[in-house]
Amino acid sequence: MKALSIKDVSMVFTVPGGDPVRALDHVSLDLQPGELMSVLGPSGCGKTTLLNIVAGFLSPTAGRVVLQDPEPDGAASVVTGPGADRGMIADTDASVVKGPGAERGMVFQQGALFEWLTVEKNVAFGPKMAGKPSSDIKATVEHLLETVGLQDFAKKPVYQLSGGMQQRVALARCLANDPEVILMDEPLGALDALTREKMQGLVLRLWDETRKTIILITHSVEEALFLGERLIVMAPRPGRIEREYRLPFAKRGLNESPRDIKASPDFIEKREEILSMIWEMEEEIMGRAEGVGHG
Amino acid sequence: MANGKQPSRWMIWLGLADNSFTRQKTVKFGDASAVNSGRGYGIISVLAFIILWWVATASGWINPIYWPALDAVFDRVGKLANEGFRNVALWDHIWISVYRVLSGVVYGAVIGIPLGFAMGLWSVAKGFFDPIVEFIRPIPPLALIPLIILWFGIDEFAKIFLLALASLFIMIIAARAGVSSVRVSKVHAAYSLGATKLQVLIRVVLPNALPEIFTGLRTAMGVCWGTVVAAELVAADRGIGSMIMIAKNFLNTDIVVIGIVIIGLIGFAIEILMRMLERKLIPWRGKG
Repeated sequence: MKALSIKDVSMVFTVPGGDPVRALDHVSLDLQPGELMSVLGPSGCGKTTLLNIVAGFLSPTAGRVVLQDPEPDGAASVVTGPGADRGMIADTDASVVKGPGAERGMVFQQGALFEWLTVEKNVAFGPKMAGKPSSDIKATVEHLLETVGLQDFAKKPVYQLSGGMQQRVALARCLANDPEVILMDEPLGALDALTREKMQGLVLRLWDETRKTIILITHSVEEALFLGERLIVMAPRPGRIEREYRLPFAKRGLNESPRDIKASPDFIEKREEILSMIWEMEEEIMGRAEGVGHG
Repeated sequence: MANGKQPSRWMIWLGLADNSFTRQKTVKFGDASAVNSGRGYGIISVLAFIILWWVATASGWINPIYWPALDAVFDRVGKLANEGFRNVALWDHIWISVYRVLSGVVYGAVIGIPLGFAMGLWSVAKGFFDPIVEFIRPIPPLALIPLIILWFGIDEFAKIFLLALASLFIMIIAARAGVSSVRVSKVHAAYSLGATKLQVLIRVVLPNALPEIFTGLRTAMGVCWGTVVAAELVAADRGIGSMIMIAKNFLNTDIVVIGIVIIGLIGFAIEILMRMLERKLIPWRGKG
């Protein structure tokens, strides 16, 4: 397993005729293999931009994202695997992310499944693109569908599934490639509250079983607290890391009931703390906008 | 609140009574789903037309040169089916028109789909072809007939060329729209799953564009069917359009009317067939 480093990444969007927008300002982060980190922040704080840079969909204005073996002496390693030939180049000490690749899997909010394929063919997409033998693919797909509880829906077209089930497919499709890092962009954002709770449990279970490094972006404070071993709160204008927490709830969530955890005093205390922090950020943005309006 | 007596199944089928669900709605005006099929009235209108036809012609109100008698039309259908029209079987007249349409649409699609893809995916192609497409798009294909007769005469090639041209621009625009409608998260997902550019094109962009391409095919079929009949009216010795034109010259109004009905029926059949194919081939349409 490789460690992911976000090294001094800045992102400036220049809009024709407008002021440049500093979406990210010197953001640095190191993720250990197997870490589950959630990212929270008001809209416009650059969290999706950050994820898109790590995924390789955007090239940062400054800084870089590196995926490397976490040897203590920093032994050089070239990233191998399907993504390697395309975009990954060997840096002096590591591999710098230059574009999307199979070692960084994505789970999107919704509508990113291939609706012309069945459930099993969606899950098989990655291995098939990599040219894996079909018997291997079949075994992988069967195993993953069982893991996410969709073994009876293998032959169904994905559009016949409910929103929650579709996100299960998205998780399985991502895992089928056995990526080093999983990037989740609001994966449960479009689900109803009950399904969302259930799916949070599934995300935790998958994390526990696969020990993948996961970055999860969410709007929900509760979700960020419950799922993030590590929680980053970002602030807008310019987009930056405001605070970082280390949290016990994800680990506890593996054994305890999620409802009990979410109702526990320390959870509620953290939730209120973060909510008021974000609330203040929003107020400040509104205040600034008003100031501009009157000036 | 049910008002006691239930309307019969037949009344509901005929659209003369609300079904059990609509009956419970209190707001009906403005709710399109509360409008009944009205089949019964459709049957009445068709019957009324036929009776009017029969009465008007049988009583001699209308000169058969302007509108043929109902029984004369039936007689003529039988004769046409058996003997053909001007040494060509009726089926051949129909088939040659359908064949021209199919050829035109196939050529238009084979050239237009790759072009539309190129325009949707590559700014050079987009910039290069956009003025041409936008200029030719609003020109009705029929306006090109004189030019095409000048270039190619009136043989088979000229007709298929015209139809291919008519469907070409429809297919370019449909394919381009299909490519442009691909949600970027699907493309991102594919790249993140390790797909190459070629794989993204074939496995994501193409299937995503299929519904639009199929709509284009359906439109092209309809436009080409209209165009082929008009082209045959101008210059042809076979085909359903030429049949009614020649019949007109001999004042065979019954054949003209039969030809018009056949044109309508085949146009309708093409539409139904394409819809069935669409449901069969692209069941995911609109489900992304």
